[in-house]
Amino acid sequence: MINYIWLILLIGGIVYGGLTGQITGVTDAILQGSQSAIELVLGLAGVIAFWSGIMRVAAQAGLTQALARALSPIGRLLFPSLPANHPALGAILLSMAANLLGVGNAATPLGIKAMEEMQKLNKTPGVATDAMCTFLALTTSSLTLVPATVIALRQAAGSSQPTVIISSTIFATLVSTLVAAATDRWLRCYYR
Amino acid sequence: MLWNLLSAFSNWALPLLVLLIVTAAAVKRVNVYSAFVKGAKEGLETVFRIAPYLLAMLVAIRVFQSSGAMDLLTQIIAPVGNLVSAPRQVLPLAIVRPLSGSGSLGMLAGILQEHGPDSQAGLIASTVQGSTETTFYILTVYFGAVSISRARHAPLVGLLADVAGFIAAVLAVNWLWPQ
Repeated sequence: MINYIWLILLIGGIVYGGLTGQITGVTDAILQGSQSAIELVLGLAGVIAFWSGIMRVAAQAGLTQALARALSPIGRLLFPSLPANHPALGAILLSMAANLLGVGNAATPLGIKAMEEMQKLNKTPGVATDAMCTFLALTTSSLTLVPATVIALRQAAGSSQPTVIISSTIFATLVSTLVAAATDRWLRCYYR
Repeated sequence: MLWNLLSAFSNWALPLLVLLIVTAAAVKRVNVYSAFVKGAKEGLETVFRIAPYLLAMLVAIRVFQSSGAMDLLTQIIAPVGNLVSAPRQVLPLAIVRPLSGSGSLGMLAGILQEHGPDSQAGLIASTVQGSTETTFYILTVYFGAVSISRARHAPLVGLLADVAGFIAAVLAVNWLWPQ
């Protein structure tokens, strides 16, 4: 998919630029774009490395588990089909906590672990269960407290207030998560 | 009042979280320094792993922009954006966001460089990137891991949440920082 988007951007740009007499601009875009991409990566590296370091400290201090415990009432509410004390619920909560903290590397393995635990309860292998769909609805709608990569990008682009978007991001992520939880409940019966 | 509260929260969030995490870790007798250095090393590896993707995407977007084709495309889809008073520059990002994490990160970088990180388009694009996920990637990886072939309503729910998140991002930015 992204392969085609990339091809369309490149071929479309070069052909359209040639037809409209913008070909020198296209040449500049290739040369300067490459240079600025690497400058950007270097600009990003500091903030992202710092945040990963802090998140590693958080994980070793057991904060992921603490957050997972704090989330457990919400978990039982959202996943009524999972037996309490089943490892599936624990794995889901850990994965949600890792997502909230932005420990990107940890979130995916934890999420896959949660899927495997839910699959053990699945009576129709090959077909997603209600709990799996709810879990994916929450994961794809994203749960973030600190969008570290975006803040790093804004910093690199010379923003006067790189962290100002934390409030709007939390608002938007709350809305999309609520919509995901609600439409999951609503559409569940129509897709059996 | 609420605005002051929100902007105070944005200003305090980062230092407070760092304080909280480091203190909690110290109380639990974690070797904070060595844990931090390990994590920072992983972070650097991540950055350099995404570097080629960013390079590919940024150059392609620059080419598309400088040729004038981006203007043409955004003019065509502008009416959709007008429905929710979104600036047309952020619409391509909304389309790419559910499909590719590195692709949308490259697009965000392009928007921030082109229009400035503190412009309306820059703020909305930042919020969209931070508040949504790469829906199709997650669906593929998570369902693939347990060989689920019938995803039922999950893809539709993911996309509806992406649309809602985009509209919420536009509303939040227009409300918090009126242009």
